[in-house]
Amino acid sequence: MRNLLRLIKFAAILIWSAFVVAPFLWALTTSFKTANGVTSGATYIPFVDYQPSLGAWKGLFGSGGGSIDIMGPFVNSAVVTLSASLISLILGTLAAYGLSRFTYKAGPVGNADLTFFFISQRIMPPVVLAIPFFLMLGLFGLLDTIFGLVIVYIALLMPIAVWVMVDFFNQVPRELDETAMIDGCNPVETFWRVILPNSKPGLVVAGIFCVVFGWNDFFFAFTLTFTKTQLLPVAIVSLNSSVTPWWSLSASALISVAPLILVAFLVERYLDKGNIAGGGK
Amino acid sequence: MSKKHYAMRNLNVALGGEIHLQNINIDLPQSGVVTIIGRTLAGKTTLLKVMAGLQGPQSGAFTQGETDLLKIPAWKRKVGMVYQQFVNYPHLDVRQNISFPLKRAKFSEADIARKLTYVTGLLGLEDYLDRRPAELSGGQQQRVALARSLVKETDLLLLDEPLVNLDYKLREQLREEFRRIFSQSADRLVVYATTDPAEAMILHGQVIIMHEGRVVQSGDYRDVYHFPANVIAAEVYNDPPMNLLSGEIEAGQIHLADGLKLEIPAHLKKLEAGTYVFGIRAMDIEVGGKSKATLALAEVNGSSTIYHLNLTGSSLVIEREGVHPLAVGTPVAFSLDTSRLYVFHALSGDALVFPARKSVSGQGDI
Repeated sequence: MRNLLRLIKFAAILIWSAFVVAPFLWALTTSFKTANGVTSGATYIPFVDYQPSLGAWKGLFGSGGGSIDIMGPFVNSAVVTLSASLISLILGTLAAYGLSRFTYKAGPVGNADLTFFFISQRIMPPVVLAIPFFLMLGLFGLLDTIFGLVIVYIALLMPIAVWVMVDFFNQVPRELDETAMIDGCNPVETFWRVILPNSKPGLVVAGIFCVVFGWNDFFFAFTLTFTKTQLLPVAIVSLNSSVTPWWSLSASALISVAPLILVAFLVERYLDKGNIAGGGK
Repeated sequence: MSKKHYAMRNLNVALGGEIHLQNINIDLPQSGVVTIIGRTLAGKTTLLKVMAGLQGPQSGAFTQGETDLLKIPAWKRKVGMVYQQFVNYPHLDVRQNISFPLKRAKFSEADIARKLTYVTGLLGLEDYLDRRPAELSGGQQQRVALARSLVKETDLLLLDEPLVNLDYKLREQLREEFRRIFSQSADRLVVYATTDPAEAMILHGQVIIMHEGRVVQSGDYRDVYHFPANVIAAEVYNDPPMNLLSGEIEAGQIHLADGLKLEIPAHLKKLEAGTYVFGIRAMDIEVGGKSKATLALAEVNGSSTIYHLNLTGSSLVIEREGVHPLAVGTPVAFSLDTSRLYVFHALSGDALVFPARKSVSGQGDI
């Protein structure tokens, strides 16, 4: 009976894994195929089923005929995502600490309203924001620039950081702040010396959300740039001309996913110790 | 009182429409021990937070001598505080935890090392200096919190039920240590909040009894014990709480529930006929005698046994020396030592007559 249960569990995990991993395997094999290799049917085993070729990969790095350089958009995406995430995390964490610990009152507007105001920006469909963003960036001459994209991405990512961090700080016992103040820390020192060093799990979660959302955004990267400043998702889609180059698409998709996989492995260990033990019951 | 004594005047605290402290007027000496005693939610913690500067009152004053303490933020006051929960800095080891306030106060490395050695020796933490709080037991964590509040030179040391979350043995041990530790510094006021009257009795000093955000009674720990101002003080400051039985004085006798009749003792002769609340401590009721009631619960508490007896409309608690377990439902004969009866007003609960003071063993030096 027990063994049967184990068997069912393993089977379930296996089926689920197949669903998750299969697209990657498909992309991996396709990225090593030539045009003929792709159109000649579903083949998966290199050297047996089909003759592998490095053509697609070479093309992405600009050596080979009719290719595009994926490195430019890759660097652009990295710069925009990382700087916007970092700034969002800093501003968002400060805002979240304030919203969690201090009482704000402007007429009928209080802490809960301010917190909702931040989160509400993610409720709107992106299309609603695209036109005002386009006009505003145009007004300041920031269309099709890294700087302009960073500003827009901060607007998109900071609500996520605020949301995650408000929730996190609300879990941190207030007695920890109070103890720090009694021990001679003013509110800024309390935050910097006591609360922040104990906020790693929250910061990691907020940071991952920011990086993933920023890195994967296509819509704003597409609407707010033309040709000069291309981000990775736009560059990948633009490979798609009259003939769909499955091999290049697959290779570039893998390149685009790689950094996120790396981040996931690096931060996994922080997510284990999800709470700050010993800070009070 | 000295010129630097603490005074609270007409202090009120309300949070989110809920009244936490109501019209508090107290005077505290510059040094010594003051115990605040009251049930959970009596306002003890809020009172300590006002003293620490962590909670501002809506109205009222809190001064030390000429100084208006309400104008000084918590981080500029010379205050230490220990919470009921063991609050330490999770990211720092024990050594860093204890020296944290000293570093904030810009003490030299040599001074920090000297004070650290002293306080860790006092609290027996020498062997744990390199551990994080999460790696310590509850008792050790609370010692670290206590060390952190003792290590800096503070005018005020606030302790909010510091022993509640510890096990019995450790509680007994630390309770004794507190008396020794608190007497170490002559010019520091220790304010100790607790629900346990035994702790107040062991620490001596002044006692403030709180109930529902108000100060019920304040005074020397012995006086409050012998002369409770009302039924609340009598209940809160006795463990087990004082038995309170309503009854009548009629035709030269005291009539209590279940036809229990008592001769009027000498100190109550002057009372007029009427309805009163009679109070008697659990230890002033003897097992054996002509009155009888059934046992609802018997608990062995250290070296004594406590019987809860059923009476119509109330219960009677008897404390008996030694371990004498009895089955629930057994009829227990008892007799009240009428010379120990307190009398309170039937409606207001204010004390009317006290029995003569008598020395009591086993409850500190009362």
